Amino acid sequence: MDFSFTEEQTLLRNTVQSLLGDKYDFDTRRKIVKSAEGWSQPMWQQFAELGLLAAPFSEELGGLGGGSIETMILMEEFGRHLVVEPFVETVVLAGGFLREGGSPAQQEAHIPGIIGGETVWAFAYAEPQGRYNLADLATTAKKDGEGYTINGYKAVVLGAPWAQKLIVTARTSGGQRDRDGVSIFIVDKNAPGVSTRDYPTVDGRRASEITFENIKVGADALIGAEGKGLPLVEKITDQAIAALSAEAVGCMGELNKATVEYCKTRKQFGVPIGKFQVLQHRMVDMFMAYEQSVSMTYMVNLKLDENEAERTKAAAGAKVQIGKAGRFVGQQAVQLHGGMGMTDELNVGHYFKRLTMIDTQFGNVDHQLKRYSTAA
Amino acid sequence: MDMSFSPQDLAFRDEVRTFIAENYPKDLKSRRTRGEMTKEEILTWHRILYKKGWVVPHWPVEYGGTGWTTTQRYIWNEENARAETQALLPFGLAMVGPVIYTFGNEEQKKRFLPGILSADVWWCQGYSEPGAGSDLAGLKTRAVREGDHYVVNGHKIWTTLAQYADWMFCLVRTDANAKAQEGISFLLIDMKTPGITVRPIITMDGAHEVNEVFLEDVKVPAENLIGEENKGWTYAKFLLGNERSGIAGVSRSKKAIERLKSIATAELVDGSPLLKTDEFSRKVAELEIDLTALEVTELRTLAAESKGAGPGPEASILKIKGTEIQQRITELTLEAVGNYGHVNVPTGDLTGNEFVAGPDYSNGSAQNYFNMRKTSIYGGSNEIQHNIIAKMVLGL
Repeated sequence: MDFSFTEEQTLLRNTVQSLLGDKYDFDTRRKIVKSAEGWSQPMWQQFAELGLLAAPFSEELGGLGGGSIETMILMEEFGRHLVVEPFVETVVLAGGFLREGGSPAQQEAHIPGIIGGETVWAFAYAEPQGRYNLADLATTAKKDGEGYTINGYKAVVLGAPWAQKLIVTARTSGGQRDRDGVSIFIVDKNAPGVSTRDYPTVDGRRASEITFENIKVGADALIGAEGKGLPLVEKITDQAIAALSAEAVGCMGELNKATVEYCKTRKQFGVPIGKFQVLQHRMVDMFMAYEQSVSMTYMVNLKLDENEAERTKAAAGAKVQIGKAGRFVGQQAVQLHGGMGMTDELNVGHYFKRLTMIDTQFGNVDHQLKRYSTAA
Repeated sequence: MDMSFSPQDLAFRDEVRTFIAENYPKDLKSRRTRGEMTKEEILTWHRILYKKGWVVPHWPVEYGGTGWTTTQRYIWNEENARAETQALLPFGLAMVGPVIYTFGNEEQKKRFLPGILSADVWWCQGYSEPGAGSDLAGLKTRAVREGDHYVVNGHKIWTTLAQYADWMFCLVRTDANAKAQEGISFLLIDMKTPGITVRPIITMDGAHEVNEVFLEDVKVPAENLIGEENKGWTYAKFLLGNERSGIAGVSRSKKAIERLKSIATAELVDGSPLLKTDEFSRKVAELEIDLTALEVTELRTLAAESKGAGPGPEASILKIKGTEIQQRITELTLEAVGNYGHVNVPTGDLTGNEFVAGPDYSNGSAQNYFNMRKTSIYGGSNEIQHNIIAKMVLGL
C-alpha cells in the first residue's frame, strides 16, 4: 500500500504548478475567458512544449509513458487555476479513444497532432433527448459504399468552438437506446454538412450545438468495430470522470483554503468570524468533504483498468462523491464569504460555477447513483 | 380552526384574478426572461396597481392601504404568483414606507409617501458596509451635525438597484461614543446630492443588481432625519422584521415548483419523463411538503399579526425556510435541464441576436441558481437568523 507519488510525477506537478503559477493567475484567466476566442492558444502551445499533452500517452505513441495518475496530477492543478483549455476533450477523451480503440493508422495519423498541440478535439455525444444516457442516440450513420453518411444533432459539445476534429457517436443499427449499434467516428469539423452554433457556458468555457447533415466519412473514420462502440465510450468517459474528479479536487482545495483564510481575517462583532463554532464546524465538514473526494479520486484513477463492473463502480462512486462534495463546498464557500462570495470579482464564485458544471458532465449524482447501484 | 376560504373570499379571489388577467401586460413576461429590464419596465406593474389603488394592501388605509383582511392579502399574493406578475420593488413599499408612516413626522409623511406610492421616487437601502454585514450595528458611516444639516461620510455596499435610485434610506452613526446600537440614526438622503458615487458590482451570474455607494461630505438637511437622533436601530430592526416576513416568498415558490414539474415532465430519461423517475419525483415531493409546512407556518404568523402581534422573531423561520426552499427549487431546476444547464444567457449590453441554446425553459437556469445563493446571505444571513431564534425564541 503506497499513496506516494514517484519522482517523475512530483516533477510533473512542479512543472505544471510553476507554469500556471507564473502564467495563469486569476486575472489572466479572466482575460482569456473574455477574449473573442475564449481560450489561449499560446498557453496550449506551452502545454505541448512542456510535454503536458504527451503525459498520458505511451512512449511507442510518442508520449511520456504516463497514465491516469499523471492525468490526475495535471487535472488537479488545472482545477486550482480554473484552466479552460480543452485538455479533457483533446487529451483525455479524443486521446483516450485513439489510444484504446484506434487502429495503428489512426493513432499515427492523429496522436502526434494532439501531443504537439496542433489539433484540438471535442467529443460530440450528448443529444437533447438523451440526457446522460450515452446510448440514447438519434444521430445515425448509414453505410454508404465503403464509408458512412452521418445525420443528426449534438447538444452542448464542450470545447467544440476551438476544435478542428470531432469524435462523434452515432447509431449504425438498432433502436434508439439499444446498447448494440453504437459506433464512434472521427469527423472533421470543417467537413461539408457540419454546422455549428457556438456560445459561452456559465463556467467560462465555450460550447457548440452541432448539426450533421449528410456528412460523408470513409471507413477509416470508424474507431473500433461498427456497432460495438458503447463499451469503449463508457470506458473513455469513465477516464474523463476520473480526470474531472481530480479537477474538482483542485477547485475544492482552493475554495477551502480561501474560506478558512477569509474566516480568520474577516471580523464581525469584534472577532474573526472563524471563532464562531457554527462556522468552524461548517469548515470542518467542507474539509472532510474534500478529503473524501481526494480519496475517491485516487481510487478511481487507480481502478480505470479493472474489469468493467469494478471500473463502473469506481467511476460512478467518485462522480457521486465529487458531485455532492462539490455542491456542498461550493455553496458553503460562497455563504461563508457573504456578499463577497457572490461577486464576479472574487474567484470563489468561479470555482463554485465550475464545480456545479462538473456535476452535470457525464451524468450528475442521481445518474451515477443509479449506475453504481445497477453495476454488476 | 378553519383553513378554507369563505364565499366572500372566493368572490374576492375571482375579482382580483379577473383584474390581473385584464390588466397585466401580456408581453412583460417574455421581456423579463431575456436579459435585464429597463428602469421603466421594472415599474410597469407597480404603476398599474397604483392607478387601481392596490399597490400597498398591507399599509393602513389612511396612508393608501386597501383595508383587506389577512386572508384577502394572502389571496392577492397567491393570484399574483399564479399569474407570474412582476414582483414589486420592496425598498419603498415594504421597507422605508412603513418606517416613515410609523416613525416619521407629518411633514415627512406628506413629502415622501406619495412618491413611494406612485413609484415616481425610487428608493434604495443604505444598510450594509464593507465592515458591517452580519454585524450591521458595527456600521461606520458617520453623520456629523453642522447647523441645520448633517455631513455624511462613509461607504455602503450591496445596495440593490442603487443605479436607478433617487433616494436612499441610510443608517448612519451619529454618536461615536455610544454602544454600537445606540449611536445610530436613520437618514433619508437624496442621491443627487454632491459627494455620492455609485459603483456597480457584477455578481457571478453576470448581473448588475448591487452596488457600492460612496458618500463623501454629503450634506443632508436635518429635517431628513426619521424619528429621534441615535434611535435609528429601533427603526432599522422594525424594517428588517418586515423584510424577513416578505422574504418567505411562498406563493412565488409554489409557482416555481409548478414550473419545475413541467420542465421535469418535458425532460426525458430513457424516453420517459424525468418527473416519473423515483429519485426526482421524491425530491420534488419533499420540496412541496417543505413548502406546504412553510405556507401554514406563514398563515399562522399572519393570523397572529392580524390579531395585533407584529412580526416577531418568528419571522426568522420564514426567512430561513423560505430562502432554503427558493434555493432548492433553483437547484432542482438546474438539475432538471441536464446538459443545457451549461448555457450562459448573455447579460449587459445585448444586440438582441445572441444565440441561446436549448429549450426556452432551460435558459438561465444555472444563472438563476447562482443568483439565488444570495438569499441565504442578504436580509441578515441565515446564520444570523438562527442566532435570533436561539436568543429571542428559545431564550438560549
